[in-house]
Amino acid sequence: MKRKHKRLSFVLVALVLLGGAAALVLNAFEENIVFFQSPSDIASGKVGDDRRFRLGGLVEDGSVDRSGGETVMFRVTDTANTVNVSYTGILPDLFREGQGVVAEGRIVNGVFVADEVLAKHDENYMPPEVADAIKKSGQWQGSSN
Amino acid sequence: MIAELGHFALILALAVACVQGVIPMLGAQLGRLSWMRFADQSAILQFVLVGVSFACLTHAYVTSDFSVVNVVQNSHSAKPMLYKVSGVWGNHEGSMLLWVLILAVFGCAVAMFGRYLPPALKARALAIQALIAVGFYLFILLTSNPFQRMFPPAADGQDLNPLLQDPGLAFHPPMLYLGYVGFSMAFSFAIAALIEGRVDAAWARWVRPWTLAAWCFLTGGIALGSWWAYYELGWGGFWFWDPVENASFMPWLIGTALLHSCVVVEKRDTMKAWTIFLAIVAFSFSLLGTFLVRSGVLTSVHAFATDPERGVFILVLLLIVIGGSFALYAWRAPQLKSTGLFQPISREGALLLNNLLMGTAAGVVLLGTLYPLFIDAISDGQDKISVGAPFFNAVFIPLMTPMVAAMAIGPLLAWKRGDLTRALKTLWIAFVVAFALAIATWSWQSGQSPWGIVGVAIGAWLATGTLIELSERIRLFRIPFSQSLRRLISLPRASWGMTLAHFGLALAVFGVTGAGAWKVESVQTMRPGETVTVSGYDFRFDGAQEKQGPNYLTTEARFTVSRDGDVVTQLFPEKRVYTVRQMPTTEAGIYTMLSGDLYAVVGDSKSDGSYVTRIYFNPLVAWMWIGALTMVMGGVLSLSDRRFRIGAPRRAAAPAGAQPAE
Repeated sequence: MKRKHKRLSFVLVALVLLGGAAALVLNAFEENIVFFQSPSDIASGKVGDDRRFRLGGLVEDGSVDRSGGETVMFRVTDTANTVNVSYTGILPDLFREGQGVVAEGRIVNGVFVADEVLAKHDENYMPPEVADAIKKSGQWQGSSN
Repeated sequence: MIAELGHFALILALAVACVQGVIPMLGAQLGRLSWMRFADQSAILQFVLVGVSFACLTHAYVTSDFSVVNVVQNSHSAKPMLYKVSGVWGNHEGSMLLWVLILAVFGCAVAMFGRYLPPALKARALAIQALIAVGFYLFILLTSNPFQRMFPPAADGQDLNPLLQDPGLAFHPPMLYLGYVGFSMAFSFAIAALIEGRVDAAWARWVRPWTLAAWCFLTGGIALGSWWAYYELGWGGFWFWDPVENASFMPWLIGTALLHSCVVVEKRDTMKAWTIFLAIVAFSFSLLGTFLVRSGVLTSVHAFATDPERGVFILVLLLIVIGGSFALYAWRAPQLKSTGLFQPISREGALLLNNLLMGTAAGVVLLGTLYPLFIDAISDGQDKISVGAPFFNAVFIPLMTPMVAAMAIGPLLAWKRGDLTRALKTLWIAFVVAFALAIATWSWQSGQSPWGIVGVAIGAWLATGTLIELSERIRLFRIPFSQSLRRLISLPRASWGMTLAHFGLALAVFGVTGAGAWKVESVQTMRPGETVTVSGYDFRFDGAQEKQGPNYLTTEARFTVSRDGDVVTQLFPEKRVYTVRQMPTTEAGIYTMLSGDLYAVVGDSKSDGSYVTRIYFNPLVAWMWIGALTMVMGGVLSLSDRRFRIGAPRRAAAPAGAQPAE
C-alpha cells in the first residue's frame, strides 16, 4: 500500500467512527433528552402526558405527606402555580419544605410521578433552573444574581 | 499574623512565577545557559513559597482561627482533626490553593529530577509551567483569597459540609488534582517541543513518566470519588454521569490516549504531531473541568454556591491557554516530521485505533455535558434540558465495546506490519471462554438487557486475551517451564504495567456490567422484626437506636442478613444529623462480597415506629474497585521501569528524523 493510501485508510476509519458516534448521539438525543418545566408551564398546558421531564421549584411549606408508607406526596410550587408530586423511596437528605427541588418523571392522572429526586451537596445552593422558574413567575425575592 | 504571612508568600510566588515565565524562555531563545538555569532555582523557590502559604492556611484550620473568613465558613472547633485538615481543600478558595501547590510540586520535581533533560527544553517547559501558575495565582489573589480576615472574629465556625466529612472524600480532591495538574507537565513539554520544533523518542521518554503519574492519580481519584458516591449518597450507584464527574472523566479518556500515543513516538518515531495535539487537549480538558466545577454554569450535585466573576476569570484563562496553544500548534506542528511508516494492521495501527476511540468517546461525553448549556444559550433561556445517564449509556457503551474487544488483539500485533489472522488464532481460547460465559449468562438471565451478556463476554475476552499475551511473551509451554518462569521474572516492568492495567480494566468491566445490568432494589416500610428477601438474602430489620457522634446525632438501624437460615452479616446503616448545620446525611450499611454487595439504607421513621428502608443487591460491584486498583498498580509498576530513570534520558547525538525548525 502506498503512503497516501494508508493515510486514506486511517481517515476512512476515523470518519466511520465519527459517523457511527454521530448516529448514536442523534438517536440517543431523540430518546433521552429531558426538558425542564416549571409548575406554571404545566398549568398552561404546555406539557404532554407521555413525555418524561424534569420539574423544578420549591417544596411547598406544609405539603409533605408521608402517611402513605414508602410513597411520599408533596407539592412543588414556583409561587404562581403548584403541582402534586408523588415519589416512592427515600428522599435525598437535603429535601426540605421551603427548599428548591428538581424531580424527574412523568404526569400520570394529573399527578407528577417522580422516579428520581435530585440532591445537592450544599444546602445554600439553588439549582439555576429553579431560580429561573421562580423568576419567570415574577415572585423572585432573592439576591440580584 | 500567620494568615497574612500566607497571603504574602502567595504574592511573592506570583512575582517569582512572572520572572520564571520570561527569563528562562529568553535564555533558551538566546542560548544563555545561566538564564535557563534560573528556571530550576525559581521553580524550587515557588514550591517553597506556595508550601508556606498552604501551611499557613492549614495552621489556621488546625488551630481553628475564626478570624479568617474561610475557616469560619468551613470549619468548627468540634470537628475531628482529619476533617479540620481536609477542610483546607474542602472549599473553593482552599482547593485552588491546593491546585497551585500541586503545580509547584510538579515544577519543583522537574527542576530537581530532570537533570538529564536538555537545558533548553527544561527551561522552556518550566517557563510554560510558570505562565500557567501566574494565571492561577492571579485567580486566587483577585477573586478567591483564602486568607481574608473578618472583624470581629466569629465565636465558632459554620462547620464543613457534612457530606465532605468522610475519609474517602478527604483524599479524593488531592488525588484528582494531582491528575489534572499532572497533565500540565505533558502540556508544558508539548509547548516547549513545539517552540523547539523537535519531537523525538527521547522527548517521549521524558513526557511519558509525567503522563503516567498523572494518569495513575486521576484513575485513583476518579475511583475514590465514585466509591465515595457509592457508600455515602445512598443511591446504590457509583456513577451518575453528572457534569462534574464527566469533567474528570474526559481528561482521563484523553490522558489514556496520550499514554498510548507516547509509546508510538518513543518506539517508532511517528504520530508526533498527534501526540502533541493530545497533550494540549488533555490539559485543556483539565482546565475545562476546573471551569465547570468552579463556575457553576451546569446543574450538578457538586455545585457549590458560586460566584459568576470567578467563572468569567477561568473562562478567559481557558480561552488564552487553549487558543494560544492551538495557534502555536497550527503554526509549528506541520514541521514535525515522522520517519516510522506502518501498515494499518500493526501495533501502531491498533494504538491509533485506541486513540481514535478514546477521542471519540471524550467527544461525545463533552457534547452531552455541554449540550444543555448550548440549548439554553440558543433558546435565550426559554428551553432548559438535561442530558442524563440514559443518553451517556446509550452512546458510551457501544463505543467502548469495540475498544475493549480490540484491546485484546492490539498487543499481539507486531510493530510496522501485523498479522491479524495469526493474532486471532492465538486468541482462540479467549474466544471460547467469552462465548461460553456469554451462553451461561444468557441462560441464567434470559429476557433481560443484552448488555449484561455483552459485558460479561467482552470482559472475559479481554481478561483471557491479556493472559494469553503474557504467556506468549514468556513462551509458556513452548520452552521448558523453568525458562518461561525466568522470562516472566525478567520481563520489563513497563510490560507488566500494560498487562496489569489491561487486566484491571477487564475486572472493572465485570463490575460495571454486574451493577449496571443486574442490580436489585427494594423499597418498603418495615417495623422492627420484619424481614424482606432480596436476591435470596433475608434482611431482618432489628430496630433503630439514637446515638451521639463527635459532631452529629445519629439514628443507627440494625439489619441481620441471613441466607437459608445462616446468618451472613449485620448491617448498620445510619441517618445522621450534623448539629451545627442541622444537615442530615445518609450512611449506607454495606457488606462486600466478591459475588456482590449487600447494601441497606434507612430513611424516615413513621409515627407507628416503622421505618422506610431501601435495600439493594449490587452484583460484582467489588470488581469495579479491584479493577481500578489493579489499573493504578499497573501504572505505578510501569512508572518504576528502569528505562525511565537510568541512562535512557540522554538524547541521541544526531537524532534521526528530528529537524530543528530554527
